[in-house]
Amino acid sequence: MNGQMNSLGAISIRNVTKIYDPEGVNVMAVDDCSLEIASGEVCMIVGPSGCGKTTLLNAIAGFHSITEGEIYLDDKLLCGPSKPKADQGADRMVVFQHGALFPWKTLVENVAYGPIVQGVMSKAEAHEKAEHMLAEAGIEDVANKYPGEVSSGMARRSEIVRALINDPKVLLLDEPYRAMDALTKSIMHESLLEVYDRTKVTIFFITHDLEEAIFLGDKVVVMTTRPATLKKTVDVKISRPRDYQTLTTEEFRVLVEETKDAVHEEAKKAFDAGEREMA
Amino acid sequence: MTNAVQSESIISAPRKKSNLEKLIRNKSLWRGIVALIGAVIFWEICSQSKIWFGVEIPWIGKVPPPSEVLEAWKKIFYYSGYWESWYLSTARVFAGFIIAMLLGIPFGLMLAVNRYFRDVFFPPFEILRPIPPLAWVPASIIFWPTTEMSIAFVTFLGAFFTIVINVLGGARNIDVQYLRAAQSMGAKQWDLFWKVVLPGTLPSIWTGAAVGMGITWEVVLASEMISGGGQQGGGGLGFFIWSSYMGGTVAQVIVGMISIGIAGYLSSSLIRYIGVISMPWRRLF
Amino acid sequence: MNEKNPPLNIQEAPTGFALTIHNWKKSLKTLTPYLMFIGVTLWIGSYYLLVEGWQLPRFNKLPGPVEVITEWTSRDPDWGISMFSPIYYEHIIVSCRRIAIAFAIATCVGVPLGLFMGWSKIFRDYSFPILETLRPIPILAWVPLAILMFSGFETPVIFLATLASLFVTTLNTLLGVDSIDEEYFRAAKCLGSKPHHIFWHIVIPGSLPFIFTGLQISIGVAWFSLVAAEMVSGEFGLGYMIMDSYMNITYVTMVIGMLTLGFVGWVSSAIVRLAGNRMMQWRVRALALEGR
Repeated sequence: MNGQMNSLGAISIRNVTKIYDPEGVNVMAVDDCSLEIASGEVCMIVGPSGCGKTTLLNAIAGFHSITEGEIYLDDKLLCGPSKPKADQGADRMVVFQHGALFPWKTLVENVAYGPIVQGVMSKAEAHEKAEHMLAEAGIEDVANKYPGEVSSGMARRSEIVRALINDPKVLLLDEPYRAMDALTKSIMHESLLEVYDRTKVTIFFITHDLEEAIFLGDKVVVMTTRPATLKKTVDVKISRPRDYQTLTTEEFRVLVEETKDAVHEEAKKAFDAGEREMA
Repeated sequence: MTNAVQSESIISAPRKKSNLEKLIRNKSLWRGIVALIGAVIFWEICSQSKIWFGVEIPWIGKVPPPSEVLEAWKKIFYYSGYWESWYLSTARVFAGFIIAMLLGIPFGLMLAVNRYFRDVFFPPFEILRPIPPLAWVPASIIFWPTTEMSIAFVTFLGAFFTIVINVLGGARNIDVQYLRAAQSMGAKQWDLFWKVVLPGTLPSIWTGAAVGMGITWEVVLASEMISGGGQQGGGGLGFFIWSSYMGGTVAQVIVGMISIGIAGYLSSSLIRYIGVISMPWRRLF
Repeated sequence: MNEKNPPLNIQEAPTGFALTIHNWKKSLKTLTPYLMFIGVTLWIGSYYLLVEGWQLPRFNKLPGPVEVITEWTSRDPDWGISMFSPIYYEHIIVSCRRIAIAFAIATCVGVPLGLFMGWSKIFRDYSFPILETLRPIPILAWVPLAILMFSGFETPVIFLATLASLFVTTLNTLLGVDSIDEEYFRAAKCLGSKPHHIFWHIVIPGSLPFIFTGLQISIGVAWFSLVAAEMVSGEFGLGYMIMDSYMNITYVTMVIGMLTLGFVGWVSSAIVRLAGNRMMQWRVRALALEGR
């Protein structure tokens, strides 16, 4: 009932290229990207907004197709030349940037939704487990409220619980804390770290915040602006469990030092290009 | 640096599809055309069912078939009265509509901007609003000296309520940040009104106008049918439909219906077009 | 800390009816209700002055508020219609019954139709053009055709109101489905939903706000069309009553009819709105917390 469930979840991205075709003008979003993510690893993707990071996530989740290359999950093909678009499924759960909790369901109903529609649990069982998991995450007081009635921090945490109740192999997070203030964010970080320590689920996390990336991740990948390719990969060897004290250690600062030039360079290029972020 | 990034992100662009090509390849368009043609054929079959099959299909069976309608339209085309009625109806619609805009926009803006004005004048407005404009027709005929003016009044009422409600909603929805930003840059009340409130309300004004236009047509039609059009030559499209019905030429009725539909669509498109032009900042979405 | 409006603790936030009472109490503390009273009085006052007090030309042909109210409340009305005459209520009931039927049919057909059009692109491609071609034709233009197609008086009248409602309801439902954020669909698919789950759990609740806006508009439109139809070809009903009293030069009854119409129309719209709020509790509560 703990991390051993997720001994899988290794992702292999090989030479993936993605070309969009809006308005008949070809735009290359991702250019020959290759990346290996081990099972149970926290992989952080850092880069300027709109550079194609979300495209990779969308490809893994099955929202978009890829033009070239292949993506494997545990040695099974997710998408490739023979199958450009992956199937969507509960083994790769996504937590969205603007939050996609169903506004018309209470937090408990939201969390219980997955197991019910998959037919894995009955309604009563699912509700019970949902309440239990929400309590673990510290949200039992407002569990019967609607998302519009609770704070964004609680909503986001609930969304992560909603993802985790399905025992996914991979958790895909698309800048989930982007819209939050720094204080709420730090609480969210600790909450995520705690969840990871418990479940050891593979995490694929997109962010534009370098410090967040190094704080949370095992591996930090810096990507270039559009078209996105790998610019620099850094292994974060800080031991777990981590907490906010980690932010002031020598190790942490050294890692930031190593990576910040690369990130800044790409940020400047993106700014000069002045393109509107592709949402 | 900028150029390098841009040329990397766009592969030597293969030819941009021409608009005509996009149109031809558009599946939705073809399905739509098929559906419309199918509907017309279905109509023809049902209408002719008595003659062709000996069995009359209920309801649609009584309606004249498209072929007859086409015949009737060819005849009407050369009758000047028909085109005069187009002109009359359109003139009435625009007269009432323009007055409604001229009075409604300021009234709506005042309601939005000044809360005392709103507290005093909004309740009577809201009480009168649910009364359908047509219920005003008899009262209007009693009050106004000529039929023309009574029709114009009812038309005006129809559009007025809609426009005011939309303007009110739009003006109140303007983000207060814009007003604050303007004020911090030294804007006076007058500037605020002209440069922030008015442009910010424009989208709602045009939405209200488009809906109001639809209502105006309904009302003009109804007034013409009820009050007899008031003219010898044609009396407006409503009168045209009604007298065709009375005269037993039902195919002409349908011609009239289609004509009004076209007229209504053209006027709504005109409004929408003006709306788009007056709001260049919206085009990018 | 603002003592007049202490921050609401989320646990204690009033919901449902308590919320309405709370809002009323808040408003009584402001100037608003008193100004409203002034506004209404001003309006009735000027109506009275123009028609009965000063008896200005043109205006003196109309019945004034005193006349109308006297007639409305008299036990033995001069022209047959007052609060105490049964025939008054007959007219009201007849009109309401027609609206109820028209609205029910339009909703039961329009909502599923709109949902389906939003759900299936192919179906929409075929049906939307037909809808958009018929929609610009004003409802009244259908009167002769309706009389031709349907026998009797009731059916054409109900048909016209139904048609008007149907266009509005279908279109708004369609817009409602379109308005649902793509991300909800993605989240649902990620969670393992099958198409019918998506339809029930995402499409329907997600379009409810638009559907109810549409229903409010559609009931207004239904009244509009009903009155028009009744005026032209009815036997009973408020529209007929207005037309009839105009023909018989009993203008007081005409005004009574107009005011009744306004009132009944407002009530029916309010019922739809309340039903909507009941079904969309999540929205009402979220908006309440924003202070609206």
